[in-house]
This record gives sequence, structure tokens and C-alpha cells, in this order.
Amino acid sequence: MILSGKSSLKNAPAVEALVRRHRLRPIELLPWAIAVAAYFLFPGYLALGSQIFIMVLFALSLDLILGYAGIITLGHAAFFGVGAYTAGILAVQGWHEPISGLIAAGIVAAIVGLVSGLVILRTHGLTLLMLTLAIVFMLNEAANKAGFITGGADGLQGIAIDPIFGTFRFDMFSRTAYWYALAVLFLGWAFVRLLVHSPFGRSLTGIRENVARMHAIGTPVRRRLVTAYTISAGLAGVAGGLLAQTTEFVALNVISFELSGAVLIMLIFGGVGRLYGAFIGAPVYMIAEDELAKADPVYWLFWIGLILILIVMFARGGILGLIDQALHQIRRRRK
Amino acid sequence: MTAVLETRGLNKSFGALQVAQDIDFRLEAGARHALIGPNGAGKTTFVNLITGRLRPSSGQILLSGEDVTHLPQEARVKRGLGRTFQINQLFKGLSVLENVALAVAERDGVGGDMLRVAGARRAVAEEAYALLERLRIADDALKPVRELPYGRQRLVEIAIALGLNPKVLLLDEPAAGVPSTESAIILELIEELPPDIAVLIIEHDMDLVFRFARRITVLVQGAVLVEGTPGEIAADARVREVYLGERGHV
Amino acid sequence: MDAVIAAIVSILFHGTAYAMILYIVSVGLSVTMGLMGFANLAHGVFAMAGGYVTVTLMNDYGVPFALSLLVACLVVGLASIVIERVLYARLYAASELEQVLFTIGLIFMAIAAAKFVWGPFAQRFAMPEALQGQIELGTRSFPAYRAFLIVVSIAIILGLWLGIERTNLGARIRAAVDNRRMAQSLGINTGRLFTLTFALGSALAALGGGLGAEILAINPTYAIEHLVYFLIVVSVGGLGSVRGPFVAALLIGIGDTACKYLVPEIGAFFIYAATMALLLWRPAGLFGRA
Repeated sequence: MILSGKSSLKNAPAVEALVRRHRLRPIELLPWAIAVAAYFLFPGYLALGSQIFIMVLFALSLDLILGYAGIITLGHAAFFGVGAYTAGILAVQGWHEPISGLIAAGIVAAIVGLVSGLVILRTHGLTLLMLTLAIVFMLNEAANKAGFITGGADGLQGIAIDPIFGTFRFDMFSRTAYWYALAVLFLGWAFVRLLVHSPFGRSLTGIRENVARMHAIGTPVRRRLVTAYTISAGLAGVAGGLLAQTTEFVALNVISFELSGAVLIMLIFGGVGRLYGAFIGAPVYMIAEDELAKADPVYWLFWIGLILILIVMFARGGILGLIDQALHQIRRRRK
Repeated sequence: MTAVLETRGLNKSFGALQVAQDIDFRLEAGARHALIGPNGAGKTTFVNLITGRLRPSSGQILLSGEDVTHLPQEARVKRGLGRTFQINQLFKGLSVLENVALAVAERDGVGGDMLRVAGARRAVAEEAYALLERLRIADDALKPVRELPYGRQRLVEIAIALGLNPKVLLLDEPAAGVPSTESAIILELIEELPPDIAVLIIEHDMDLVFRFARRITVLVQGAVLVEGTPGEIAADARVREVYLGERGHV
Repeated sequence: MDAVIAAIVSILFHGTAYAMILYIVSVGLSVTMGLMGFANLAHGVFAMAGGYVTVTLMNDYGVPFALSLLVACLVVGLASIVIERVLYARLYAASELEQVLFTIGLIFMAIAAAKFVWGPFAQRFAMPEALQGQIELGTRSFPAYRAFLIVVSIAIILGLWLGIERTNLGARIRAAVDNRRMAQSLGINTGRLFTLTFALGSALAALGGGLGAEILAINPTYAIEHLVYFLIVVSVGGLGSVRGPFVAALLIGIGDTACKYLVPEIGAFFIYAATMALLLWRPAGLFGRA
């Protein structure tokens, strides 16, 4: 260390702030408290609840690659779908154990992510975006054509899942599904949280902020991006696997532009690159969809489109961004 | 003695436009070398070729005797190459401390760590902070870079390059457009750089060049016009001719 | 052997017709993308709108084909001016993510509007009588409409290329695509140029949508269904290029037709794989700049 040495000020506040940034803050327990409370407060909505957890995990995986690494993708549903089909097909073919099925879903999706990432992350901008879209369409075609194993346009049916750990049976009130999905979400969240606060995660932010600079400080940029993309794909695959196991059905539109768009919108609603945007955006979207879309899907699509445009124009940081602004105003008034 | 940095017959053209012509260049350990020339002479292009941002059309680049011509940027950085950009390339949304910490972390090889190694992180942060203190920007450590005035941003740019502990440091117009307080800090820093680092500065400010450089290379239209000691360069008629319409900094 | 030749000719013919439509719709996207650096995923919406207007005028009001196309171009072109000034222009400096989200929002709204007004099913294209049936060329017969399509498209494309190369406007567009800042310092009003180019590109897309209604059916999800192909044509052709997407469209159009005909099981798959391979070899497209 020829140019610098240990600072004279051993515990400089700036250093402390940086090193302590990852510490858990009490408010971060709020989503989990709400999830547990909801089980007792809304016993009739447990199916919706588990779907929400699944989408939060899905959106979280997208946030890793989009919010943190800055790679815009319209193809993330591909990995979700691959995971769903993997878990579903395993069950249909005779492997009914849920947890190993879920792990398999994640691994297969991660492999697809790795291979496609190696190929398409050589490009950037519109070309990259287009390639992510192409992958979704390709895999959708593949799933459609391989009807003998995927069920094609009719979807994959007959997915039977064994009780978890041999004791917790999947019941028709979705109680087991609720806790199963919540537990998996918790693990996924813990992992992503660890990741984004690690040097790896910070380097992703660096790549997003200024890739030229990252190259110039010796970062193996493409390797980091492919790694992040693979992890993100694996997590999306786990979310998809959860869907297959809890709903016991996989529809073809699980690999679609529409789903990629939906999860993107959820993330934008909540706030991109904030870790918790997924936790706000997914529930808001899912609940709104549950209420409004069933009545009139055309109406729903129109308003989603409009809200998306309004967010881009006026509220780029999503709901978390708006909260930030509000807090900022409050602090200023206090001074 | 092996040069820490050497180029042999370096050429680069964009179609019919040749921006680097047959450049032979050597930098020894501990060098204090300036690269001067009129605007558009290809000085930044030369640096981009050395760092790997641009691929040469032909020629070789060697770092401590090793041929790095086909290695990517990051591999050259790992072999001791550090640079600042003519226009600041910073992480505008991140704090000043974090900007430098990223560089230190990469240098230490922990940039890709996914599991927090708490001790290493503190060490990285402390070293980054020490650098900020040396450049007298420690007070701004937690501020997002975009909130800093240009001069202080330039100091962050230099701190990042220093954080890499380079063996070869390429400074592209480090003091350009910087107010006097900060440029004084920069000049002082350059003078205090460890003697074993090789430093190449691109500069237009002749006072700085003659104060700092022990050798000067003059680049005109992508080719080396002449190379020598400051005395030789000052006396060279061709150099004066080239600069006749270009007194001082445009 | 005869059957093989017949198959090849048929593939070339239908593939070319498809390619022409792809090109006419996509060329506007290529130019605006190269000019403004704006990823307009909603470009297909303008083609769809052109298709809907054309078909509605013909089906519901008995307007002749040519006139319907003209009106469609004008209507969509004018509407696009408004949309560009009011919405797009605000986002030229925005991040790529914001631009993508905005255009997705537009697509969603367009799909919903189309479903609401015209229902979810594809629009019937009542082919004008003069263009129905087959025409004889040597020993083979071809659908008259597609032959007409190819001829008219070539005329349009030649007109476009002449316009880009020979007119003042074309020169300004080319200059601004090449180097926007330089063009501005030369006094070219880039704001107005953007609007004009955007309008022309959208009008062309509308023309392509209306002309191609027989090949690319007009339905509410048109903009999404064909989005990938428009993007492929532009990426492979090279952003900002006018000629590049033409070659790309031919490759894609003929290639896709060939694959779907010869190996229908994995037909569409092949085009995506080929696109990826091509872009890995030439990331900036065939005629793009790195």
C-alpha cells in the first residue's frame, strides 16, 4: 500500500457508514410481519397470498439484473417458465418430492440463463433487448411444439406434489402453499439481500452506473454480468417452480412477453434497484389485477398502460421513490 | 532493463483516417513522461490503445515485457495499468468513498466476492478513505459524486486511479478545466507520487509539463514528431512551428 | 426436380412479399432509432393503426383500396406528430429503461383500445376485385395480390431511397443520423427533423400495415406479435441504415418462409437462432456502425 495507509482517523464516520450499510434495519421486518398477519386476517385469500409471494420472488430476481446490473430485459418470463415446466414435468413423470423438484427447477433455469447470457450479453442496447425478446418467443414456440411433454397450448396438467417433508400436505385452502411460498421467498430474499450488499453486488451497481470506469479499474465486466444473469435466472426458475407446485398447473403463457411485461411493471410500480420495490409492486399489481381484471380485462390493460406511462413521466422511482420524496420534504420542513 | 510500458509500431486507422502511425514508445520504471501535441494529434487515442479501449490495427503493446496487445482492458489493469479519463468517468450516483472503494476492492481481488468478508470490507473502506484524505476530499466522503463541483470530481477521478496502486499511471489532462485550489492539490500529488511508478501525463499546460516531465514526447497527427528532454524539446524548431498557432491551452 | 424448383420459386415469391411488408414497416423504426437513439418498441402500433383504418374504410364505408391506404397514412402520420410532440419528445433524454417502459405502456393502451373498438378477432381483409385470383407467369400461377404487393413495394422503396439520397430533407436526415451534434451546429433544426422523420416513419408503417393486411393479419395484438420480427430486421440491418434493413428483411422473410415450409416443426425457431448467430458475428448488424 504505497500510496495510502491506514487512516489516521481509525473510526471515520464515513467508513463506519459504508461498512454498516448492510445491517438489518427494523423496518425491513415489516413485510414479513404483514405476511404472517395476513394468514390470520385473510384466511380466504391464501391462494392469492401464495401467488403474490411467487411474484415477489420473480420480481426480486428481475430487480437483481435490471435494477442493480442495469440490464433491460423483456425475456425474464423465459426463466420463470422453464422453472415452472421443469418442476411440473418432473412431477408428471413421477418425481413428486417438492423441494428437490424446486431445486431442480432453479438449476435448469440457471443453466438456460447461463447459456443465453453467454450468448446475448455480448451485445447491448436495443440489440440486447431484442435478443431477450427473441428468447422468450423461441422458448414459447418450443414449449408449444413439444406438446407431448409440456401439454402444449392446453398446458401441463396432472401435477401431483407430495407433502413437504412428508408431513405438510398441500391442502385445498392453500395453507401449506402459503407457508411454503413464504419460506422460499424468505430464503430468496435473504440471499439477494446478501448479494446486493456484497462487493459483487456493489460492482453490479458500478457496471450500471459507468461501465467504462468499471473496465478501467480491472473489473471482468462480462463475467460479472453473466454470473448475475445466471443467478437471476435461477431465482426466477425457483419462482416458476413454486407456481407449478402450488397451482398444480402450468399454462403456456408462463413463457410470454405479457408475463415479462407484467413483472417489469410490478417492479417499476414499487421502485427499481431498491430491493423492496418487488415487495410493494407485486402485491399492489396482483391485488389490483384480482379485483379489476376479472371484471374487464380490456379495461385493465388500458389502465396498466396508462399508469405505466404516467409513472415514467412523473414518478420514475415508483412508489418507493415517491415515499423518498415525501420523506425528503418532511425532513426539509423540520429544518 | 525492461521498460514497464512499451509500444512497438503501433498503428490505428478508422478507414482512411490514420490516428496512430507507427508509434514506438518506452516508459521506464519511475519515469516522469509528458505527451504533448496539438488538438487532434491522437494523444487520447494513444492512451486508449494502451489501455485496451481501442484495438490497434497493427503493432504491439507490452507491459513489463509481456505482450498484452490482445488482452482485454481488465487484464491490463490487473498487470498494473491505471488511467484517468480526459472527461471524468465516475459513478455519479454513488458516494465519493464508494467510488474509490470499488477500485480498491477490484485491486484487492475481492470485487467479485458474494459473501461478505467483513474484515476485508473494512480494510477496503479505510484505504479508500485514506486516499480521500490525501486528496483532501474526505469531507465529501458520503456525498454522491454528482453533487460535487467539477474540480472536486476530478480529484475523485484521480483517487480512483491511485486506488489501483498502478505501476504505470496514465493521466489524461488531469488539471484541465480545474480551478486553482484543486489543480494545486493535483500538482502537489503528482510531484509526490512514489518514485517507482511510471507516470505518463497528457497535458496542454506547458508550465506543468516543463515542471514535471523528465522526458517529453511530441505527437502530431498520430505520429511521434520528436522525443527528448525538456531542454531538447524547448529548443526544437519543429516543435515551435507546430505550436506557433497554439500558444498555451486552447 | 420440377417439384423442387416449384417449391423454391414459391418460397422466394411468398418470402419476398413478406419481406417487402416487413421492410416497409420497419424502415421507419430503423431511421428514428438511428436518428433519436430512441428504442420505439411501439412502432408496430402505427402499422396496426394503418391496417385498422384501411380495413375499416374498405369494409364499413366501401372506400376503394388505394384511397383507404392514403387516408390511413395521412391519419396515422398526423396522429403520430401529435403523439411525438406531446409524449415522445419528453423522453429523448430519458434513460433507455424509461423509453422502453413508455413504449410498452403505449402498446398496452393500443391493444386495449383496438380490442374495445374492433373486438379481439382479426379483421377481414376484403381484397379488391382487381387483385383477386391468380396471374400466370410462364408455367406457374401466383396469387395476384402478392405479385401486386411486391411490385408496389418495390416502387415505394425506390421512391424512399431516392427521397433519402436526393432530397434536402433526406440529406438532413442522413446528416443527423450520422452525427447529431454536428448537424445541430450546422443549423439543422433537429427537433423539427425528429418530428418530421417520426411522422414519415409512422406513415410508412401505416402503409405497410394496410398493404400487408393479407399477410400480417390485423388484430389487437399485432404490435406484439410482430415486434420481434421488426426488431430483428432493424438490428440485423443496422440501426439508422436505410438499405441494411432491406437486406435483413429479405433474409428474414425468405428464410422464415422457407423454414416454415420445409421444417414446420421447428420453423420459427430457426430464424431466432440465425439472428443470434448473425448478431454475434456482427453485433452492429450487417450495415450498422459499431
